[in-house]
Amino acid sequence: MKLKAAIASVALAGSIAAVSTPAMARDTVNIVGSSTVYPFATVVAERFGRNTDFPTPKLESTGSGGGLKLFCAGIGTQHPDITNASRRMKKSEFEMCQSNGVKDIVEVKIGADGIVIANSKDAGKMDLSLKQVFLALAKEVPDPKGGDKLVANPYEKWSDIDSKLPATEINVMGPPPTSGTRDAFVEIAMEGGCKTFDFIKAMDKKEMKSVCHSMREDGPFVEAGENDNLIVQRLAQDKDTLGIFGYSFLMENSSQIQAATINGVEPTPETIADEDYPVARSLFFYIKNAHVGVVPGIKEYAEEFTSEGAWGDNGYLVDVGLIPNPRKTRMDVAKNVRKLKPMTGNEL
Amino acid sequence: MTDQRSQAEIVRQSLKKRYRKEKRFRFYGIAAIAVALMSLVILFTDIIGKGYTGFIKTTITLEVPLDGEAMYLDDPTDKDQVSMADFQAPVLAALQQYFPEVTERADQRELSRLVGSYASNQVRDLLEGNPQLLGTTQTMEFLVHDTVSVYVKHADNPAYSIRLTEQQQAWVDELVGKGVVETSFNDVFFSRGDSREPSNAGILGAIIGSVLTMVVTLVIAFPVGVAAAVYLEEFAPQNKFTDFIEVNINNLAAVPSIIFGLLGLAVFIGLFGMPRSVPVVGGLVLALMTLPTIIISSRAAIKSVPPSIREAAEGIGASKMQVVLHHVVPLAMPGMMTGSIIGMAQALGETAPLLLIGMVAFIVEVPDGFFSSATVLPVQIYLWASSAEQGFVELASAGIMILLTFMITMNALAIWLRKRLERRW
Repeated sequence: MKLKAAIASVALAGSIAAVSTPAMARDTVNIVGSSTVYPFATVVAERFGRNTDFPTPKLESTGSGGGLKLFCAGIGTQHPDITNASRRMKKSEFEMCQSNGVKDIVEVKIGADGIVIANSKDAGKMDLSLKQVFLALAKEVPDPKGGDKLVANPYEKWSDIDSKLPATEINVMGPPPTSGTRDAFVEIAMEGGCKTFDFIKAMDKKEMKSVCHSMREDGPFVEAGENDNLIVQRLAQDKDTLGIFGYSFLMENSSQIQAATINGVEPTPETIADEDYPVARSLFFYIKNAHVGVVPGIKEYAEEFTSEGAWGDNGYLVDVGLIPNPRKTRMDVAKNVRKLKPMTGNEL
Repeated sequence: MTDQRSQAEIVRQSLKKRYRKEKRFRFYGIAAIAVALMSLVILFTDIIGKGYTGFIKTTITLEVPLDGEAMYLDDPTDKDQVSMADFQAPVLAALQQYFPEVTERADQRELSRLVGSYASNQVRDLLEGNPQLLGTTQTMEFLVHDTVSVYVKHADNPAYSIRLTEQQQAWVDELVGKGVVETSFNDVFFSRGDSREPSNAGILGAIIGSVLTMVVTLVIAFPVGVAAAVYLEEFAPQNKFTDFIEVNINNLAAVPSIIFGLLGLAVFIGLFGMPRSVPVVGGLVLALMTLPTIIISSRAAIKSVPPSIREAAEGIGASKMQVVLHHVVPLAMPGMMTGSIIGMAQALGETAPLLLIGMVAFIVEVPDGFFSSATVLPVQIYLWASSAEQGFVELASAGIMILLTFMITMNALAIWLRKRLERRW
């Protein structure tokens, strides 16, 4: 009899747990998006939770594209309030948002990040040009024998591209397509290297993009998932491997790895902020205006993020590797955040 | 005769070879076990070697002058004043008692960075709780910054000092020499949720999250699994349809766990509108994943109850339900529980399905219910392992040790239950 009672009570408890109240009111800000912005956003979130009466926002690292997809899925507390992105929102994503009823979106440009190509400190320092990067990693490259013809990438060793480069196999680990780092790398580095060939530059835009944006799939380029730390560990172990990731990871691990100079420029906070370093990009987050006032703390979190103490030249975000916007940009963006001025869509 | 002798001869001749063969065969077995043990030893040494420092915290004890003027504060009960006040100033002033020569603003910044950013909150909380302390000097214990902590804990390894300037290293060395900076057992690790600062990060949030999730999993999967097993074994007719169900249950046990995550995302979050990142949804998803394991092991347990027990019960007039509830299920219970515990241990280590339902997230607050945002142990380990700061490496390994402790406890419980309650016929 005891057993029967036990079974009955367990079953009852089960059915109670299974019945939920759908779409509950939420008092915690939900943030999704880029793994590159994640280290900065989590620091702000933690400080925000500690120094105010609002609960600490919840952050998920989904990648820029994944975050925007969740963000644009609709209005309502089951959808996130803010999404981080390590690239600007695309026109198509803005339109997806609009068609799902997410009309008013505030864009916040938080600063810059450089993408570095790095290797172990035990190996020689690389000096690459964007052209060499493109030749090493593109799926199709101009025929090395000459002529305006594209062939499947024949290069196996760095020295095949340029005899000044080391005679080691091309072996580069990089982020997957869901990552904003990948998007930015492809758009800035690959396209930059690609356009040094006049005949590709002369192609129509769509064709050029498909040539420039295709990474090779025959082995030398390995997708390593959203975990940039994993890439760093691999680099430390294997000195012939190169890795592609954000500048903040280089800074945290400068005891083990070193960055290649690109077009002769060393990645430093100064060269990235000035855009002397060729593979630099801006970081953003986007606020869903319809949720402000429904979920408490969204506006206050954004204000904390855009305060001088956080993102300023001496702010705490600089300590974790953010490269701040110039002062003028900071003032303009902070003003927008305080007014919650939505995007029109024309700026994209 | 000659024939027989030659046969014995053949046997004798081949005997040596056969013995050798057998020896080789045994050696293969031992080698296999040795390889398995070796990997286990390597794994444990690596984890413990990296992780034991995670259980040590580094603190700094300072005489903090709670000078109102330096903080721009004359009434700690006034909320507006508190929100504007500078609580870092007294911490810096306390540090300067040891280094009065540091007067440059840039150097002062470097100096105050030795202490973790929670210090100013500690000062604020103290003053808000005890406004009368304003103007006095208090002895306070702070956690040091994580870079200082790894530097102190790995004093002999230069790879860990890279994030401190030489000036800072000299300061820390002096403070350690004076006994101001000390190491002790890391109670913070067991009493807090996640943090972006390794010295302030704790595993309690993840432990509670795991417990809440497992409770939901158990409460759903165990009764449903046992009920399904009892029906299939004792009541269901043997026909094509039940065969089909059986094949599908076995199939379900082999489905990759990420698929259950997708299902959870579509059904529980998409269709039922449940919130993301909560233990209820996590528990439901893991219950679906564990269900086939429980059903299969429960059926095996029920099958192993000898038919004579059923026949005897029926012989003295028990109904089918009485036979099942009074005899079969109690006798099969140890087997069922063993299966469930092993299924739960598997669910405890699962991350893939939780990724899709948003439990892989940065959550600072310790969850307080089935509907508050939470992560679980393996997710917390993953998040720490993928963070850039050096201090998180030891925390990730310490987290693995905690997770392994839970696993070993659960598996030991399963073995103990089996040994204790098992009956042989």
